[in-house]
Amino acid sequence: MDRIPILKFGDALLVTIQVDMHDRLATALEEDLTGRIVTHNAKGVLIDISALEIVDSFIGRMLDNIAAVSRILDADTVVVGMRPAVAITLVELGLSLSGVKTALNVERGMDLIQRQREEPEAADDDDQD
Amino acid sequence: MTELGTVASLVGSNELTLLPEWIELQKKSGTLQTGRITEAELTTQSRNFLHLLRDGLAKGGNDAANGAYAPVREVLSDLSKSRAMQGFAPGETATFVFSLKQPLFNALNRDKALSPAQVAELTWSVTTLLDQLGLYTLEVFVKSREEVVHRQQREIAELSTPVVKLWDGILALPLIGTLDSQRTQVVMENLLQTIVDVEAEIAIIDITGVPTVDTLTAQHLLKTVAAARLMGADCIISGIRPQIAQTMVHLGVELNVVSKASLADALAVALRRTGRAVVKIKSGDAERASRAGQQGA
Repeated sequence: MDRIPILKFGDALLVTIQVDMHDRLATALEEDLTGRIVTHNAKGVLIDISALEIVDSFIGRMLDNIAAVSRILDADTVVVGMRPAVAITLVELGLSLSGVKTALNVERGMDLIQRQREEPEAADDDDQD
Repeated sequence: MTELGTVASLVGSNELTLLPEWIELQKKSGTLQTGRITEAELTTQSRNFLHLLRDGLAKGGNDAANGAYAPVREVLSDLSKSRAMQGFAPGETATFVFSLKQPLFNALNRDKALSPAQVAELTWSVTTLLDQLGLYTLEVFVKSREEVVHRQQREIAELSTPVVKLWDGILALPLIGTLDSQRTQVVMENLLQTIVDVEAEIAIIDITGVPTVDTLTAQHLLKTVAAARLMGADCIISGIRPQIAQTMVHLGVELNVVSKASLADALAVALRRTGRAVVKIKSGDAERASRAGQQGA
């Protein structure tokens, strides 16, 4: 079975989804990622879905789950590069992924993770502004 | 079937009297008054129609759906469409067909070879036929008018949703007019695409021009905000007027997003979040700066 590669990037993990996700692949990714967060003691997870053209409610929930699990393991999840059509679909499906942080591209996502690490309190204040 | 053949030959032989009489009637009903079409155009259209009608009458009987009348229907539909574009009233357009009745009946009456009974019967057949053609004209007319309306709706929807760039990474979306599902869809797609194109971090949705906000509109707004957030951009809503704010509270609508009273406030917040500030410079500096600006220009 294919697996999605997980790259270590500083103290963050980088996942780039380049193929169409099917459900088993999604479950495998969820498990792999959880394991890697613990082994590498990662502080952030960056999921790049800029190549993903089709999402369904299952993939949406998977993203939510990954975010929830990482939060428990003290890592921030940032989903980056979502396409407009995908965003509209997710909203129409009623999945607003409220537990997930988002950024426009990988660069901004990395910035976000680093900022959160450096000044977690200040960043939280900024959110409430 | 064959009786109408006599009408066909009658139309053929009486064309020289029929045509002027018919055109005169059309003029009397005001077709030319507004100057939307010229007399020459009207004459060509009328002659053309008369010829095709004659050919149709020779074979087609009094059923306008018959294949023999296909060219007639085609001409009528073209005429009807062009008149709909030119802004004719439906009545005026239908008059084109209906005003042919009188000249035709006169021609039937003038024909000495026909008995009164035959004249009556032919008159009835011709009436049925022309009524059908008239109704067909109206149908096409209404359909083309609907197309015009649809096109305009689409254009309004596209025109009224511009996404403007206020600063590097800051977009504004000034919404004007009522937000329905269809428009929100266009707005949302435009906004999200522009966010990708200019790599925007913050989008300001200004609803100063939205007359009413009900629960549905609020839901549409929230969807747009949620979609923008998924793409990694924050939204600020600005320009909520006092009455609208009151209505929203009364309705129990909650927009769980940052909202500011005016676009200026929203821009200030956006600039602060992107690490920028607008500062006032000293008066001497201002003069120098404006002089430099003029020289530059």
